[in-house]
Amino acid sequence: MEASTSVAHPQNSASRAKSRASILDSESWLGWLLIAPAVLYITLLVGLPFLMALYYSVSDTTTGGGSMGFVGLRNFTAVIGTPKFQTALKNTLTFGLISQVLILILSNALALALQRDFPGRRLIRFLILLPWVAPISIGTIAWLWIFDSTYSVLNWILRLTGLVQGQGYMWLGLPHLAMGSIIAVNIWRQLPLATVILLAGYGSIPQDIHDAAAVDGAGFWRHFFQVTLPLILPITLVALLFGLIFTFTDMVIIYNLTRGGPFDTTQVLASLAFYTGIAGGDLAEGAAIALFLFPLLLAVALGFLMIAHRTEVT
Amino acid sequence: MVESFRTWGARLTRASILGVLTFFFAFPFLWMLITAFKQTGDLYDLQHNPFLFYEPPTLEHVKRLFYETLYGQWLLNTAFVGVLVVLITIALAVPAGYALGRLSGGWGARLGIGIFLTYLVPPTLLFIPLSRVVVNLHLDDSLWSLVLVYPSFTVPFSAWLMMGFFKAIPRDVEEAAMIDGYSRLGAFFRVVVPISMSGILTVAIFSFTLVMQEFVYAVTFISSVRNMTVGIGVPTFLVHGDVYFWGSLMAGCFIASVPVAILYNFFVDRFISGFTMGAVK
Repeated sequence: MEASTSVAHPQNSASRAKSRASILDSESWLGWLLIAPAVLYITLLVGLPFLMALYYSVSDTTTGGGSMGFVGLRNFTAVIGTPKFQTALKNTLTFGLISQVLILILSNALALALQRDFPGRRLIRFLILLPWVAPISIGTIAWLWIFDSTYSVLNWILRLTGLVQGQGYMWLGLPHLAMGSIIAVNIWRQLPLATVILLAGYGSIPQDIHDAAAVDGAGFWRHFFQVTLPLILPITLVALLFGLIFTFTDMVIIYNLTRGGPFDTTQVLASLAFYTGIAGGDLAEGAAIALFLFPLLLAVALGFLMIAHRTEVT
Repeated sequence: MVESFRTWGARLTRASILGVLTFFFAFPFLWMLITAFKQTGDLYDLQHNPFLFYEPPTLEHVKRLFYETLYGQWLLNTAFVGVLVVLITIALAVPAGYALGRLSGGWGARLGIGIFLTYLVPPTLLFIPLSRVVVNLHLDDSLWSLVLVYPSFTVPFSAWLMMGFFKAIPRDVEEAAMIDGYSRLGAFFRVVVPISMSGILTVAIFSFTLVMQEFVYAVTFISSVRNMTVGIGVPTFLVHGDVYFWGSLMAGCFIASVPVAILYNFFVDRFISGFTMGAVK
C-alpha cells in the first residue's frame, strides 16, 4: 500500500519526508479517516434499514411490534394475489411509462428551444426550474386548487371557450381523468430536471460539428437525428434514469391529489406500500410491496454504473 | 424568400414551445399569488373571472395564516431541521468528498460511485424499517428523528458534489502548504477548506432544499401538528381544515416554495454538473 502510494505521488513522499511521519500524513490512512464517518452514517441509515426491509418482507411484523416470526415468502404470495396489488402494479407502469415518454419528448423540444441565447433566457430557465425546486408536497396543493371540483380554473377556461356547459369536469374524481391529471402533475414536476440535464448535454456539443452539418446541407430533422441525437444519447440516459427513479418511487403527488382513488385507479406501488405499512400498520406486507420496486432500482443503478464506466474510459 | 420563411417558421416554433411550456411550469405559482391576495367574496364568486381582481387585494389570508394557524411554527421547525442537517452534512460530506477526490487510489473512484448510488435508494424502500428504528430510539414524533435520518440522503450527493469540486483545485495548493510546515490534514483544514467555501455553500443550499422537499419520512415519523415541517403541515393539516381556506393555503404554498427556489437558482449549474456524473465535458 505504502509503496504504491509513493509511486503514484512522488512529490508527496518528498514533502512527507520533511515533516513528521505520522498518521496525519499517511495518505491511505488519512483517506479512510476522512471518509469513514460518512460511510458509517450511510451504512447505518441506508444499508441497515435496507437489510431490515428485506427481513420484514419475510416476517409477520406489524407496527404494534412484538413478534418478528419468519414466514418465508408468504407476504409476497399473499400480496401478489390481491386485486389491489395487481391494480397498483398496472397503474405504476402506466403512470411511469407515459410520464417518461412524454418527458423525453418535451424535454428535448424545450432544450432545443433554449439552446441559443436570447433576451430573457435566464428568467425563463428560472421559471422552468420552479416546479422542480419548490417542495413537491406544496406544489401539488396548488394543483389541488387548480383541479378543485367547484372552483377549478380549468373548468372556467373550458366554459369560457364553450367546450363544456355547466359544472365542468371532476378532474380528480373520474378514473381516466384522475390518471391523466396525476401524469400531468408528474410531468410538471420532472420535466425541469430532464430539461436542464439535456441542456447541459446540448451545450457540450462543439459548434464545429453543427457548422459542418450545416455546410453539408442537413435540414433540421436530419441534423437532429443524425448529428445531435447520437451525441446526447449518454446524457439522455442520465435524464431517463433519474426520471425513472423519481417517478416510480414517488407517492407525494398521489397522496396529496387522489389518495389512490377513485376506486384505487391511481394507486401505485409506492403509495400502496405506505397505506398498507404505515396507515394500515402491516409493516411486513408494506415492506414486501415496496420491495417490488427493487428490480427497478437495480436496473437504474446498473445504468449509472455503465455511464460511470464509459466516462472513465474516454 | 424560402430561406427567410424557414427561419421565421423556426423562430415561431421555438417561441410557441417556450411560451406554452413556461406557462405550464409557472402557472401554479402565479395561481398561488392571485389566490393569496383576493378577497374571500371575490374568490368564491363563480360569476367572476378568476384572473381578475374585482375587489382590491387583501392581506387577510396572510394574516390568518400566521396568526390563526401553526404555519409560523412549521417554518421554524423546518429551519431548525434544515440548519442541523446542513451542519451534519457539511461535517460528513466535505471530508468524504476530499478523500474521494484526492487521496484515493483505485478504490476511491469505485467508493465514490457506490456512495452516489445510495442517493438513488428511495425513501419508499426505507421508511418502513426506519419507522421502527425511530420508535426504538424514542424519537417518534420528534424533529430529532428528521435530523437523524435526513443526512442519509443529503450526504451521498453532497460528497459526490464535493469530490468534483476538490478535483478542480490544483494539487500545488496543498503541496505549498505542506512545504510551509502543515501536515497533510492541516493543509486540508487550513488551506483547502477556506478556498472551497463556494463549494461548501453549494452543498448547504442543496441539502437545505432537499430537507424542504422531503415528505415521506416526515409524514411517517411526525404525528402531532405542532411538530410538523412546512412540507407536511400544509398538505395534511391545512387542507383538511376550513373549506374556504384556499387564500391562506395558497399564501402558505407561495411563501414555502418561491424564496428557496430563487436561492437554488444561483447554484443550479453546479448541481447539474453533479447530476450528469461527468458525462458532459
